[in-house]
Amino acid sequence: MKYTRFTGRGGTKQKREMNNSHLIEKIAAYFQTRSDVYAEAFARHIMISVICVAVACAVGIPLGIMCARNRRARVFITGVFSTLRIVPSLAVLFICMPIFGIGLPPAIVALSFLAIPPVLINTTQAFAAIPPSVIETAEAMGMTDAMILTRVEFPLAAPLILTGVKTAAVEVIASATLAAYIGAGGLGNLIFTGLGLLRPDLLIIGGASVAALSIAADTLLSVAEKRLVRYRDADRGRPHDSPAHGRSARFA
Amino acid sequence: MTELLRFENVVKRFPGADYNAVDHVGLSVEDGEFVAILGTSGSGKTTLLKMVNRLYEPNEGRILLRGEDIADKDPVQLRRGIGYVIQQVGLFPHMTVRGNIATVPKILKWDAGRIDARVDELLRLVNLDPDEYRDRFPSQLSGGQQQRVGLARALAVDPVLMLLDEPFGAIDAINRAALQDELLAIHRASKKTYLFVTHDIAEAFKLGTRVLIMHDGRVMQYDAPDVIKSAPAGEFVEELLGTAE
Repeated sequence: MKYTRFTGRGGTKQKREMNNSHLIEKIAAYFQTRSDVYAEAFARHIMISVICVAVACAVGIPLGIMCARNRRARVFITGVFSTLRIVPSLAVLFICMPIFGIGLPPAIVALSFLAIPPVLINTTQAFAAIPPSVIETAEAMGMTDAMILTRVEFPLAAPLILTGVKTAAVEVIASATLAAYIGAGGLGNLIFTGLGLLRPDLLIIGGASVAALSIAADTLLSVAEKRLVRYRDADRGRPHDSPAHGRSARFA
Repeated sequence: MTELLRFENVVKRFPGADYNAVDHVGLSVEDGEFVAILGTSGSGKTTLLKMVNRLYEPNEGRILLRGEDIADKDPVQLRRGIGYVIQQVGLFPHMTVRGNIATVPKILKWDAGRIDARVDELLRLVNLDPDEYRDRFPSQLSGGQQQRVGLARALAVDPVLMLLDEPFGAIDAINRAALQDELLAIHRASKKTYLFVTHDIAEAFKLGTRVLIMHDGRVMQYDAPDVIKSAPAGEFVEELLGTAE
């Protein structure tokens, strides 16, 4: 690139244009020659994210219900998780390394911890928001506790829980990039390789893919959420005000 | 007339309270009666009602339904045979009118045809056009319409006993009068037994075949409306009647 130094005025612009066309060519070349590497990283990234969100649901939803039913549990559990949440995700990843080694296990553990709070908090709020009169009549009609949970409480809590899952998913997809640091693979590999080799094409491919995944997860879960609250918006197409829903309830 | 429900020396004291919410109540309800339970807030009228379907358990005494102690029965099974309507209605917001009314029939595994026929029959009974309202969600109904659905839902499996806790308390005067008339007509046609809690003297005397006046957890008087008016038992009842003049 030495010759650009001597091209005088307009050289920087020319240089940038040349670099841009180079970049696109490089990205195209990458997909032509290394598509198998890309596909593997992409699939790995999705796998890590799906597992972590699933773990977050499996832990966060039952704990959230417990918090909604028991005030002492709520104070303790939300306290623990809000404290954990202050720790940066990269730090959590490194803290997990001495315990779980390197590779996939520490990444799954660390990212799951990151994903639990939004699911847990939203589950607690969703269950606490169910009007007591609805539960009372359900009980008085002769529903068993299991029926009340599956037929009344869960359907009513589902939209807000899903909002929490959405927050968790977007966070996990973004943070899973860091998992490459501890050898878990995923799209982070591309980004860190790009950083190491000063290859903007790899940085762009990795970054854009993570962004696309986040947007896709958000869109998908938003659609599911809308389907779940159809009964609230059924009023002749005029949506009801529902400040408690539609946004994620984080730690306040 | 045969006896349907009997309270024997029933006491309810809530944890941490230093008084009895329901204080040694003994009384008998005949089959087919409409008992209006009248009292101020804190008189124990709602507590008394909620012990009948075991939402509350008495600390002392027994409640007998057709001669059997309800404490010996499975509360879930007991409740399926007792209708329950409350002021807040408590409709399930995520279910349509049909879904709400069909709750207990579905639990009892009625077939779909029988459920559909019953839903339409009940909607007509509470003066809602089935074709118009069957597939609506509770958020698409007015307060009065919601309570009509609440009533239909409680009546779904033709319970022997209906418990109503100030069901018209949050409804405007005009709709309330209409609902009272409809409820009376439904009661007369069904020949079932109704316990109706209210703090509205006019409502109690209009609806009740007998009125049960409660104060501080105790029964002040339990008689036909005419008898109470002509021979009030004691100062409290006299005062209460005085406020309604």
